[in-house]
Amino acid sequence: MKRIPKNVKNPYFAGTILGVVLFAAFALTHSGLGASGAISRIQVAITKLFWSSHVDSVGTFASMGAGKSNALDHPSILLLIGTFAGGLISAWLNGRLKIEIYKGSKISNIQRLFFAILGGIIMGYGARFARGCTSGQALSGGAVLSLGSWAFMFSVFIGGYAVAYFVRRLWAD
Amino acid sequence: MLPIDIITELGKAGGYAVFFIIGAGFGIALELAGFGDSRRLAAQFYLKDMTVLKTMFTGILVACLLIFLSSALGLLDFSQLVVNQTFLLPGIVGGLIMGVGFIVGGYCPGTSLVATASFKIDGLFFLVGTIIGAGLFGESLPGFENFWNSSFTDRYLVSDWLGISIGATVFIVTIFALMMFYGAEKVEEFFKNKETGKAMSWKITKRPYLYGAVVLVAIAILVWSIGQPDPIRKWKIMETKYSGQLSSKAVFIHPLEYVKTNYESTIKLITLDLRPNKDFDNFHLSGSENVKLVDFLNAKFVAPLAQLPPQGVVVLLADNDSISIKAWQYLKVQGVVNLYILENGLHNWNSLFADKKIHEKAINLASPPAEVLQLFSKNAYVPKIKIGSKKRSGGLCS
Repeated sequence: MKRIPKNVKNPYFAGTILGVVLFAAFALTHSGLGASGAISRIQVAITKLFWSSHVDSVGTFASMGAGKSNALDHPSILLLIGTFAGGLISAWLNGRLKIEIYKGSKISNIQRLFFAILGGIIMGYGARFARGCTSGQALSGGAVLSLGSWAFMFSVFIGGYAVAYFVRRLWAD
Repeated sequence: MLPIDIITELGKAGGYAVFFIIGAGFGIALELAGFGDSRRLAAQFYLKDMTVLKTMFTGILVACLLIFLSSALGLLDFSQLVVNQTFLLPGIVGGLIMGVGFIVGGYCPGTSLVATASFKIDGLFFLVGTIIGAGLFGESLPGFENFWNSSFTDRYLVSDWLGISIGATVFIVTIFALMMFYGAEKVEEFFKNKETGKAMSWKITKRPYLYGAVVLVAIAILVWSIGQPDPIRKWKIMETKYSGQLSSKAVFIHPLEYVKTNYESTIKLITLDLRPNKDFDNFHLSGSENVKLVDFLNAKFVAPLAQLPPQGVVVLLADNDSISIKAWQYLKVQGVVNLYILENGLHNWNSLFADKKIHEKAINLASPPAEVLQLFSKNAYVPKIKIGSKKRSGGLCS
């Protein structure tokens, strides 16, 4: 059944839902939301499949999946899978489930995919550096007034705005 | 009282199911906001579309108000919530890097999940990139590990930094967020009017937004005026949770267990002596610190105790156990995990150790050696100390 794409919700409304979900996370699990932790675990699990001794020898990998422990046996993985499922359901119900590549009109698909993976690598690296990503550090840490999280949040915006001019071709229409 | 530990309450399967449901709520909220679209996310950095800013700050503000309102009402124990550790410099550097990744790739980890789930190939490529980036970080870390671990303060709040109350900080955050929203609306209006040629007005034209803002400010003022509970009020609220440990004596330890723990290299022992100054100067256990009961009502004093690593154990002693008990209550509700009372203070100390000898020498009462345990039968005391830890490995970020 082809669904006509619906408009996205008012950001303040979506933000309120986000805030309530975040509060529920804290109330039921002591912690807020997060994605980068689970992504690190997936990385360790994949590395372990091909090169398990390496996992044991690199400090941060070992703490997640050394020896017999399963890097994927962690609540954050369930959170990640749930986030994926929620995105899928919402996209489907709102007619936004479609195979496509979002990009600015001035670049090609290949160029977009190249920069997507490059941006992901930079982001994944930065998220480990900052010990969290925008969901974990900015949203969750921000809500509990952690100073480091607020400083982190401002840095993300500053970093993005500083570089935006130089990559404007990626997004120009 | 909130928070609960859903894995403890429902077991692993049930707990994991709840994490899945929470994740689903997260994914749905992100997708509804339109964050599965890299063009919308990137537009934030060209000031054309302020959805990211509006959604993020609304989410933070709503959660913040809910947390601190429920805490003020005694429904939630804030000391049990995971607060991201602050590593200030690495956090800033990491944030700047992430900002670059955001504008180059068009997503952040959470939104790339939603995009991938919506079948967006650029989202998938970005997600794969984050996995690779995480791996690269792990490999390169040994090169700058010291920097990565620098500028650390556990559980350091904006209110601590500003030196003001949590309530005042919540109010400031609310006003700040509302100012951001106003700015965001006007920036979007500016760019829209550029195209239509319409004149811009500085007024807030959308009535529902004005009402919403008023409601949020009202809640913030409410939180500020009720105030976060002090240890005395907190104990009244949480008494049923912890009083069992006191009445069953599960947290009273025998002097011999104290000596044993003191020599346990894996345990970091902190001894707080609540006796009067004169008595402390006369004799005290080596390594102990003289404190007053009123110190335990001071958040700055208690903070390092609440932030001890899992192997940190705090032992209280006083002339009268009722004083130790009060101190125990105050520390317990402020998040000190491994907390015990030396039963009867130092009253039994002399009678236990004064006339004993080790290797023909009298025992140093201020710091009895580990061998003294051999002078007593194994059943001389019941060991009580169990090492517990409250944090779930720093939350879901690492």
